[in-house]
Amino acid sequence: MHNEIFLRYNKNDKSALIPLLQEVQDVYGYLPEDAINEVAEFVGSSVARIYGVATFYNMFRMTPLGANVIKVCRGTACHVKNSANLLFALEDSLKIKAGQTTRDKKFTLELVNCIGACSIAPVITVNEEYYGRIGVKDIPSIIKKYQGKPKVESKDEAANQKQEVVL
Amino acid sequence: MNKFLDACCTECWHSVTNPCSMFVRCCIDGPLCHTDEECKTKIKSLNSKLNYESHNVPIIWIGMGTCGLASGAKKVAEEIKLELEKLNIAAQIEATGCIGFCAKEVIVDVKLPDGERISYYEITPKLVSKFIKKTIVDKEIFSEKLLGSHGKGNAEIPALKNIPFFKHQMKLVLDNCGIVDPISIDSYIARGGFRAFDKILTLMSPKDVVQEILDSGLRGRGGAGFPTGKKWEFAHKQKSEKKYVICNADEGDPGAFMDRSILESDPFKVIEGMIISAYAIGANEGYIYCRAEYPLAIERLDNAIKLCKEYGLLGQNILGSGFNLNLKIKKGAGAFVCGEETALIASIEGKRGMPRPRPPFPVVSGLFGKPTIINNVETFANISAIIVRGSNWFSSIGTNTSKGTKVFALSGKIENTGLVEVPMGMTLYDVVFNIGGGIPHRKKFKAVQIGGPSGGCLPESVIDTPVDYESLKAVGAMMGSGGFVVMDEDTCIVDVAKFFLTFIQSESCGKCVPCREGTKRMLEIVERIPQSYKSQENEIEELQRFKGIIYLNRLAKVIQDTSLCGLGQSAPNPVLSGLQYFREEYEEHLYERHCSSGVCKPLLTFTVDNSLCTGCGICIRKCSSEAIVGEKGKAHYVIEEKCIKCGMCVEACRFKAINVN
Repeated sequence: MHNEIFLRYNKNDKSALIPLLQEVQDVYGYLPEDAINEVAEFVGSSVARIYGVATFYNMFRMTPLGANVIKVCRGTACHVKNSANLLFALEDSLKIKAGQTTRDKKFTLELVNCIGACSIAPVITVNEEYYGRIGVKDIPSIIKKYQGKPKVESKDEAANQKQEVVL
Repeated sequence: MNKFLDACCTECWHSVTNPCSMFVRCCIDGPLCHTDEECKTKIKSLNSKLNYESHNVPIIWIGMGTCGLASGAKKVAEEIKLELEKLNIAAQIEATGCIGFCAKEVIVDVKLPDGERISYYEITPKLVSKFIKKTIVDKEIFSEKLLGSHGKGNAEIPALKNIPFFKHQMKLVLDNCGIVDPISIDSYIARGGFRAFDKILTLMSPKDVVQEILDSGLRGRGGAGFPTGKKWEFAHKQKSEKKYVICNADEGDPGAFMDRSILESDPFKVIEGMIISAYAIGANEGYIYCRAEYPLAIERLDNAIKLCKEYGLLGQNILGSGFNLNLKIKKGAGAFVCGEETALIASIEGKRGMPRPRPPFPVVSGLFGKPTIINNVETFANISAIIVRGSNWFSSIGTNTSKGTKVFALSGKIENTGLVEVPMGMTLYDVVFNIGGGIPHRKKFKAVQIGGPSGGCLPESVIDTPVDYESLKAVGAMMGSGGFVVMDEDTCIVDVAKFFLTFIQSESCGKCVPCREGTKRMLEIVERIPQSYKSQENEIEELQRFKGIIYLNRLAKVIQDTSLCGLGQSAPNPVLSGLQYFREEYEEHLYERHCSSGVCKPLLTFTVDNSLCTGCGICIRKCSSEAIVGEKGKAHYVIEEKCIKCGMCVEACRFKAINVN
């Protein structure tokens, strides 16, 4: 099922493991069990090893994402500017904890170590769109903005969205 | 001719398959292989066009780095395009990188034909129509948001290099950032790019290059400050058919964004540095290991590598010299420890990013067991200037042991957040107050955190410390990669220590015991400090707290001495520097059970000021633990036993009626 992705890599090339997992995650938003099995066979490693690598890195997820992903930056600069309060407000209004997805699958709340936009701290991103220099008061309006958005289905759409942000 | 790859006439034959050794020089001073006045004019006019010297229509530059985009540069760009269309004005719009003054984004520059390039700050979509009318239609200065001129300026318009933020800076690494078009290789070549590469191919042997870098005194900008020349020399001497160069762009250090900005604003410079290093050590393959959190940087690098290949500056038989180099990008997957070189190598090999003991060092046995050099983005960005202007020039900048400049990412409680580059040896005071513009809202300066999770918090008493590797180490911080987070009186040092330990503890790879277990225990001790055990009447917990404090210093020393890699060895630094300089603040938390910065929530009490409370009830609705009671229209009351000290009521209250102490 992931033939197109595999075409770009050599079979049994162990160094291709992380890029492969990244591409699989780009398609599904997480790493489904079937995909991990296929990747394991392709790179010629045990499933346990793949699982070991996937759980080591923060980027990989084993559960599906919500339609909108909110990332709260927890870098030093954001911390000094009270990003903990933003996180608390988000957790409070979405009724989930960081790392979880809401029941209606609309929002996933994640923490990120540093987005690298420290100059406009505190920062949160929603689906790759940046919101800088915000306070707790801005949270409800940001959430409201994404409440009605339909789920992003295919990779193409996600890619389009990304490009929009870039230019 | 629209780009340098286009031939000036049939005499020119440079292509990837049939490269001309004089290509780079020819782009600037050409044509060199034949004399033709017409060709000379063509090349000259292309250069002046790329350097924005001659143009018929106004040029508008928009700062489109991540900081610019986050401040709304995309909307501003759209608005400008619409406005120009509406007014039917022809203009050239250029997306550029970040000039470093991130606090003032969105920065828009305007240059009229035969005028100077003038910078304006904080341009919002709403301002656009006014802005365009004033600058382009009326050809005047939009003085409300005037930043300065890239040229000499005049009585009305200050030159950028004279305004305080830029005056004390010295831009070697960042000189192109925010000026050139980061997606155009022609723009980079016209600004003197690839001249260093041209110089080494024609005049210098690999050994000469290594010697030049050695003489320059350049030290690794990633944190540890190992002499770059030494590293290259070791790798150069290794006998192996295959060697690798790796650019470490895994800027995991929270609070640092230099590498991101350099890669977004001037990717070709980093690539040129990598090409030179590969030539020096005899490598023919290279990797750039970049954080996945930097999508724009990855995109620009990808584009830069593609263009270099197209121009024959990467690939096989580069410029007919017989030297080959291929570069690949590897996306990181989010692990702080991968900034450590052996962990980074493991990650590229497709394994868990865990460090291994050294020796053997990567220069002997690195990626796939072959000799490998790993340098930071900023280190590579220094190389081309050293080669072009010579090691003597470079070593004349800075202090005895630290040469050149250092880029810092100013952030936190400081007026001018952004990216600054200063000569080594400048004092911290100058960086914070003269360049950074001091602390906003007239608050008091408390500390500056340098070096990220491996560094330390430096108080006012050592603010005259010069910025160099040794001096910073002597006062208990380290250069690190260049994060520079300023803290004011509202920042609690215990909370900052807790923050860094939480980070280190969750990022510890788990391989060695001192780091895995030690940082966890240390976090537990520090977490206990602001904990309130009053309500639980838990005496044992309180005793545990004191016991932990007694052992905190010893534990920190053990972690420092016995951890496997730099992450663990430097993990206790935030706590140790805190204990060294802010002992009274720790003691205040411990003995007086009070946090004077008002950050440590368990130690706070929330009360309602009856004279200010209007009884609107908004805090009751916001309170998740139902700890606020009161009738509508009458002053409310906080039930302390129920209060979870989240602070949401303070944020919600419009009358500032809730006191925190």
